[in-house]
Amino acid sequence: MSATTSAAPTPRATNAPGRPRRVALLPTAALLLGALYCLLPVAWVVVAATKSGDELFSTFTFAPGGGLLENVSDLHGYRDGIYWKWMANSALYAGVGALLSCAVSALAGYALAIYRFPGRESVFNVLLAGVLMPPVILAVPQYLLLAEADLTDSRLAVLLPVLLSPYGIYLARIYAAASVPADVVEAARMDGSGEWRIFRSIAVPMMRPGLVTIFLFQFVAIWNNFLLPYIMLSDDEKFPLTLGLFTLLNQGSNTPALYTLVITGALLAVLPLIALFLVIQRFWSLDLLSGAVKS
Amino acid sequence: MSAPDRPRRRRGASVRSAPYGFLAPTAVLFLLFFALPIGYALYLSVRKVQIKGLGLGPDGREEVWAGLANYRGALTDSELLDGALRVLGYGAIVVPVMLGLALFFALLLDDEQVRGRRFGRLTIFLPYAVPGVIAALLWGFLYLPSVSPVTDALETLGLPAPDFLTGPALYGSLANIAIWGGTGFNMIVIYTALRALPVEVREAARLDGCTPLQTALRVKIPMVLPSLVLTFFFSIIATLQVFNEPTTLRPLTNNLSTTWSPLMKVYQDAFTGGDIHSAAATAVVIALVTLVLSFGFLRLATARTRREENAR
Repeated sequence: MSATTSAAPTPRATNAPGRPRRVALLPTAALLLGALYCLLPVAWVVVAATKSGDELFSTFTFAPGGGLLENVSDLHGYRDGIYWKWMANSALYAGVGALLSCAVSALAGYALAIYRFPGRESVFNVLLAGVLMPPVILAVPQYLLLAEADLTDSRLAVLLPVLLSPYGIYLARIYAAASVPADVVEAARMDGSGEWRIFRSIAVPMMRPGLVTIFLFQFVAIWNNFLLPYIMLSDDEKFPLTLGLFTLLNQGSNTPALYTLVITGALLAVLPLIALFLVIQRFWSLDLLSGAVKS
Repeated sequence: MSAPDRPRRRRGASVRSAPYGFLAPTAVLFLLFFALPIGYALYLSVRKVQIKGLGLGPDGREEVWAGLANYRGALTDSELLDGALRVLGYGAIVVPVMLGLALFFALLLDDEQVRGRRFGRLTIFLPYAVPGVIAALLWGFLYLPSVSPVTDALETLGLPAPDFLTGPALYGSLANIAIWGGTGFNMIVIYTALRALPVEVREAARLDGCTPLQTALRVKIPMVLPSLVLTFFFSIIATLQVFNEPTTLRPLTNNLSTTWSPLMKVYQDAFTGGDIHSAAATAVVIALVTLVLSFGFLRLATARTRREENAR
């Protein structure tokens, strides 16, 4: 990977005259040290996934073994490939959940940013208070209520509660306010466009970078979710990766042979999201995650 | 566009009702999955199960009004209090270290003399993409004496190796997982705020002869205080709700009880102990503490920023 920023001129060659560009060694070293710390467990799981069960606890931490393919095929064979079902479930929950949640957030954020209507600020404040609710105070009664509707242990039980994302709405409001000018909306109204049409064909394209951010944020949040499926699901055919790997680790304390499966599974679970971020950061800025909008 | 001469009155009405239409999905979801569960939790928390006679048969158990008995039970439960203290100790490590590192790295990213900034930014953010459960699992293995590179290194040197999963070290080990996972996101939030600082401010600091360190301490940090407040606030809330990491580490050590954190206690009461009512009361207490802390903190923070703005 290229370690230089595109904006930084190559040293010496294109320096501004009279102001030599110094490299601060100590701070650079500190930054690299931080990067190293963040890479450490990821590097370890890459190496550990190549080790056989014996090698895992006997060879040096970062000494690679020769059993990667064997581990992957063991994982593939474990209970008729249930691991791939977990991965498909995670993709389903995160993909569908993030898409729907993004749509709900876009609608609400647009409404809060563009219209002046009675109750606007209270709606927003009530939603923000929702962020503060510990997930467990919601999850336990959610479980009991979904049990009444006979929906526990179903895919819907994991999907429905994540569709409303207060943070997503908060971001959507900021993006809508920053990227959809009021006079554009007014002009469209003058042309006789309906409110829904204005939203769909004018506002959504303008909000697109922000909506991509909300989608990604929700995708990661659902992909990483553990508590909700842990409470809702008991049929392991419906487990997402996090819950599947957790139960595998739990069984591993009795049968250590499962540890290599857990580690190989963890590697394969981490790779898709890392790949997603590496690809996406080329045309999408991380800064959007904290609600930053270029003016 | 079609229908340019649609009657004006009708259009005004649709403009007035449109926001409610756009907010309808949000309202339905909020009622079903936020308001209703919270109301139900409150209801459950003031009820209890009474056993009639021998407690056998369908009529043997009856739900009755319990008043505040469940709350009294929760507040005097020594397990819950111990859990709260453990989480306090854990938070006392996580929040300052994580935010300190996030601020430090954000300042480094904002310093043009530092090389490898793009690489550093991406790499330090990377753990955000790793689920908390998997992060706990990876670090959990790295804490095992037979796997840990630290243990290996210390033994080669003939030094005694610490056990990462017992005693006070366990707090550090748990905190490390949260710090590893959370620093990147907070760094991005602070870095975004730093980049939004006006160019004139940097220029002025440079012309005044400030070193990068002085600029950071006297100019940049005070100016990004609001985003520091925000990250502090969210870190505290996340810390109070710690659940995934200790739950995931449990299979690897005997030193984590099923009620290590207050949320684990709620889960334990509700789903293993089968005592929904005291679980609901405990959950309400945790929610109240979170709300009081957050609003108290927000008030304090906004009052402070206002005072400083007035003083300028």
